[in-house]
This record gives sequence, C-alpha cells and structure tokens, in this order.
Amino acid sequence: MFLKKIALAGAVAMLGSTALAGGHAGCPTEGRVSIVGNEFPAIQTVGAGAMGCAGDAVEVSTNLTADHQTINVPGMQGNPAEYTSAIIANSSIVALMNEDVIRPLDDLVAKHGDGIQPNQLITINGQVMAVAFMANAQHLVYRADVLEAVGKDVPTTYEEMLEAAEAIRAAGIMENPVGGAYAAGWNLAQEFNNMFLGMGGSHFKAGSAEPSINTEAGVKALEMMKALSEYMNPDFLTHDSNATNAEYRAGNTALMNMWGSRAATLVTAEGVPQEVIDGFAIAGPMTVGGGDTPATTLWWDGWTIAKNISDADAEATFLAMKKAIDPAIMADEETRTQAVWLIDGYEPTPAATGVFAAAQAGSIPYPMLPFMGLMHTALGNELADFMQGNESAEQALADVEAAYIAAAKEQGFL
Amino acid sequence: MKHRTFFWFFLPTAAAMLLFIAFPIVSVVTQSLFTPHEAVLIEVENCGPFGCTTETSIDQEATASLRESSPLGRFVGLSIYFDRGHLAFAEVGEAWRNSSGLSSFFSNLMNLPFYSALAFTLTYTFVCTPALIALGFAIAVAVNSLHQRLKGLMIFFSLLPMIVTPLIGSLILFWMVDSRGVLGNFLSWITADPDLSVKASTPLMWICLIVYGIWSSAPFAFVVFYAGLQTVPQDTLESAQIDGATRWQQIRFVIIPHLAPLVTFVALIQLMDNFRVLEPILGFQAQAHAQSLSTFILSDLSGETRQLSSAATTSVLTILGVAILLSPVLVRTWRDFNEKSH
Repeated sequence: MFLKKIALAGAVAMLGSTALAGGHAGCPTEGRVSIVGNEFPAIQTVGAGAMGCAGDAVEVSTNLTADHQTINVPGMQGNPAEYTSAIIANSSIVALMNEDVIRPLDDLVAKHGDGIQPNQLITINGQVMAVAFMANAQHLVYRADVLEAVGKDVPTTYEEMLEAAEAIRAAGIMENPVGGAYAAGWNLAQEFNNMFLGMGGSHFKAGSAEPSINTEAGVKALEMMKALSEYMNPDFLTHDSNATNAEYRAGNTALMNMWGSRAATLVTAEGVPQEVIDGFAIAGPMTVGGGDTPATTLWWDGWTIAKNISDADAEATFLAMKKAIDPAIMADEETRTQAVWLIDGYEPTPAATGVFAAAQAGSIPYPMLPFMGLMHTALGNELADFMQGNESAEQALADVEAAYIAAAKEQGFL
Repeated sequence: MKHRTFFWFFLPTAAAMLLFIAFPIVSVVTQSLFTPHEAVLIEVENCGPFGCTTETSIDQEATASLRESSPLGRFVGLSIYFDRGHLAFAEVGEAWRNSSGLSSFFSNLMNLPFYSALAFTLTYTFVCTPALIALGFAIAVAVNSLHQRLKGLMIFFSLLPMIVTPLIGSLILFWMVDSRGVLGNFLSWITADPDLSVKASTPLMWICLIVYGIWSSAPFAFVVFYAGLQTVPQDTLESAQIDGATRWQQIRFVIIPHLAPLVTFVALIQLMDNFRVLEPILGFQAQAHAQSLSTFILSDLSGETRQLSSAATTSVLTILGVAILLSPVLVRTWRDFNEKSH
C-alpha cells in the first residue's frame, strides 16, 4: 500500500514536471507581465497560470487582493503603468474605461486570438476591451434536509422563501433560517440591486444619468428585504459573504442568496457538520413580486490590458493571460469546480447549476454604466437607516437619490 | 540664541514642514475647489457572454481633449462644500423651514450624512478624551505605587492595548460582542433577552466604540502621566505628608497641579486623534450605526468611481474641525506663555 502511494506520488510528480516542461508553449518569450485582481479561487488559478510563464526574459508578477479595485486605476494611470493587466468584472471595468487606462485588444485578438471563443470577447462600441473567462451570479443555496423536514418545496420566489423560513422557525429547527450578505455598504446595495431589478425596476431614466429608484419597485424591493431580515441573524448589517457563509457552514441558516463563485467551496471547509454537508444544495435564483426576471444580476470576470505600456509588453501580457485561461486547464477537476468557466471544453459541474439557471432564466447583467458605481456607493451608504427601522422606504430612497445626484454632479454626469 | 543661528538650526525642519505638511494641504484645498470635467456621454453597443445591449459610455476622445485644455478640471468654487454630502446648506435651510419644532429639525439634520457623522464624532471625542485621561491617570498613580519589581511587568501590561494594532484590537472585540460571541452571549444572559444584539443596536454600538476608544488610548495618557509622576518634587510631597494630608489630598493638591500641563498636552493630542476616528468603525463594521468624517473620506476613495473632490473637501473640513476643537486649548497655552514671559 505504502509502496503504491510512493509510486503514485512519483508518477504524479513526473506528470507535473512534464506538464511544466510543455507548459511554456504559447507563453511569451520576453516582456513584463504584472497582474492585479481579486482573490477568489478561480482568479487565483488564472494568476497562477500566468505565473507559469515566468522565465529568464519574462517577468511575471501578480497582486491578487480584495482591494484590487482601489489600486487598479492608480496602478494603471502611470506611464509606463505598474500593472500591465487588471482582472475585473463587468462592474469594475467601468472605472478603467472612465479613466481611459485600458487598450482595445482587436489587433492582439486578430494575431493571437485562436482558442478564445467569440462570446468571451467583451466589445464596447465595437472594440474588444476585455476577455472574459468566467460567469457569476447570485442564486439560492439551501438545506435540502431542513426543507424536507418542514415539508416545503425548494422556493422559486422570495415570497415562498419567506413562507419556508416561517415554517422552519415555527418548527423550532432554526431561529434565523435566512442568510444574506446584507453588510452595510457594497453588499447591501447589491442585494437591493437584485431585488429592484427583480421587481422590474431600472436604476436610471432611459438614456440619462438621472436616477429613478424612488419608485414603487424601489419601495417594494426594500419592503421585501426588510421582511427577509426579520428571519436573519440580528447582526445581519455586519454580515458580508464570508460571515454569511460561516453561518451556513455552522448550520445556523437554511436559505440564502449566495454567489456562484463561492458555492463550490461552501462545505469543503474544515469542521463543517455532516448534516450541513449532506443537506447542501443549490438552485437557480428566485423571482420576486410576481415578476419573470430573476432577482439577481449576471456577472463576468475577465482580463484587460493597460494602455500605458509598450506594445511588446502588451503582447507578452496578452499571451501570458491567454495561456492562463487555456482550454488545457479544464483537465483539472478542482479547477473545473471553481467557477462557471466560459472557456472552450468546460463541462458544467453540479456547483454550476445555479449560475446556469440564472443565465437561462433571462437575468439582467449588472449594468455597465459609467455612473453605476456612484449609484452603488450611494445605495450602500443610505439604505442601512431603513433596514434598522429608522426611516421609511420612501425617505431612504429619496436620500439615495439626493446622495447620488450630489456625487454625479461632482463627477460631471449631471 | 542668535536669530541667524536659529534660522540655520530651524531651516531643515521648516523645509520638511513646508514640503510634507503645507504643500499637501495646499494641494488638498485646490483639489476641493475643482471637479472632473462634464462627461461627454455617447450611446454604444456592448457585447459579452450574455449578449449585446445598448448602453451609455464615456466618449474618451472628447474627454481627453477637455482634459488637455484644462488639466485641473472645472473650477466650482465652494459648491462641493455646500452640497448634500458635506455642509448641505440648502438641505439644512429646508429642514429648518419645514420642521415643526427643534426635535423634528434635529431628526431631519441627522438624516444628512455630514451632520450625523459629526454627531458621532463629537460624542466620541468628548466622551473618550476626558475618560481616557482619567483612566490613564489612575493607572499611572496605581503603577507608581507598586513595588519596584512589579513595576516593569505592570507597565508592559498597561501598554498592551496601545501595542495591539487598532484594527486587530477592534476586530477581536468585534468577535467577542457578536451575538454568538463570549461577551454577546454574556450580555444577553444577564439581561435575559435572547434577541439582544450589540451590533444591531445603535446606542450599544456607540458605547462599544467609545469603550474601545478609551481602552486603546488610555496607555498613551498613562505613559505621559507616569513619566510626569517621576518628576513630582519629593520635598513638597513629604511636607504635605507631615502636615497630615491623606493620600487623596496629596493627589488632589500636589500631584494634579504638578501634572496639569501634561493634561493639556494629552488632551491636545487625543482631541486630534479622536476627531479623526476611523479604525474602530471599520474593525467593528459599524458603518450602519456610526460614521465619522474619516470613514467618508475612505468611502469616497474606495468606491468603484473615486470621488477625489469630495474626499478632499471632507479632508479640509476635518482640518477645520480639528482647528476649532483645539482653539480653546491653544488660546490657553498662548495666554500662559504670555503671562510667563511678562
């Protein structure tokens, strides 16, 4: 047995080294590659893939951090830019576009684009500005065993979620069965965005930067969030995705709206009770208020290339990043489960069902508007007062609009 | 000292102050008077994994030429100072006109971000500062009366709160007061209220932040007072003892008057520090309950769209706030100085 293990380990090591030797094919031969991006597992895989191209004449470095969006713009504004590539999502590409720090990739795609699928190319005004490699969305994560115990079906609407939550509480199984990333700030604003779009709302008046959230849809969205929060841990305004996942892992919540990119690793952490592992299940996003559009947003993550770098470095970065999302990485089981990859050869794993359901149900992509970031910030700052019961929904939404208008005027959008 | 000698002696300091203090302040003030250019918006077609949509985007070429012609941006004077995110004069005026009484005016005022942040910041500053001075003084007197061997150990333990990084210190306390944490559970047990949550209640969160503020800054006051205690004139103390003064009377009539200038010093530093409170609010994730001017600056700078002008304006207002706060102490010091020199 022991010998077998050693032989196996040796074989694996040899496989690894041959893979590494062959791994430099497709890598740039010289140049500087410097990547900034977020730090969840799928992006770490991409970062490690690009690092694999490091060699004598190729300098590769990565800076993967949750604070990426506060450093990517300053890090790309210099000339030459510190970062040659930023890994971003459809929300954060806007900041890079607004500051004009990323370059169109059409010529590089024409030259080296084989193997990249057409739907991976993010084109803005006819120019390729980013190459997407994964899709993401928030969707339902639940405990099948708990729903079964109270005799409820898997909720497909938020109204059914409330009913199920009441049943779970009434049965005395859990005091706070609903989880949610409702931390004041970015997370709370994102939950509002989901609910607001699900109610059929639209953040801005068509074709302008004028806000239009103080509407019936906005009030109904806030009322639903308030109703859900009654079934949450009383500390919900401090719970981000990490804290919400911890509550789920500890077996304290049974129903939550969670990111697809975190679903796969939810119950693989150490110390998760067996009943949570067995009961873990995911489903598509829910609708709300009788609407057809799911109360969620679609996201993609992709990479961009800096404008203020030499063409040679841009080409090296393109090659290294392309290598990092090469269809060959789909051979690894662990990598496959990390995300819903947009890469050729990806076979969906069970962890991906939620995101696929979100895409098929016609969810709305997170708006790629130059002023959406300001709206998101205003929502995050002003909605906590309503959630604490300090003011009415109309007042909270009026405050959001006023805060947004002040910021948008300052930035020259209004 | 001769003026000439003084000049050469002071020159490096003056240069450093000019370079690292005065110039940045000038730059911040300038930034607060300018805003980015009006965005030139165009309708574009965006395509990606989820299909194509027509969306608004910024016309880069038009914006670039605007930036080239005036790199500082638009001059807007003091208008950012007066907008809703800052002094909000228009909104305050409206609140005044539409309010039925003082209490409704205040509740309208607290709905404006700047004033609600100011309310917390001032409460924090004026509760923390005297409390930490009193606590620091008490620790200093207590440690000073210990046996020589114990002193070193006690000094180290008393300094611990200051050694611990503020973010880490507040994070540890944050976990302890969680409704599932040690202190959170204890609190709901003694109040017999299973739903009690410190993090969900604004008054409890404020108390928590203030207690943390006192805990983390008391060692600073302690160190200063402890050093001061070593200089208390022993003959005055002895004569007080011979006159039959109790321990409390010795502290009240000998030690406190001797340490009074140090109290001014500690108050000065701590007023400044507490007015810029930031780390505890982040560590406790208390943004829903308490905001300060510093958290506004951080949130302006860390959003997906950075609001540099707004952050600069809040910075200038913070500097003004600190100046106003310190003015009584500074005026007093100046008067004392003049009295002594005459």
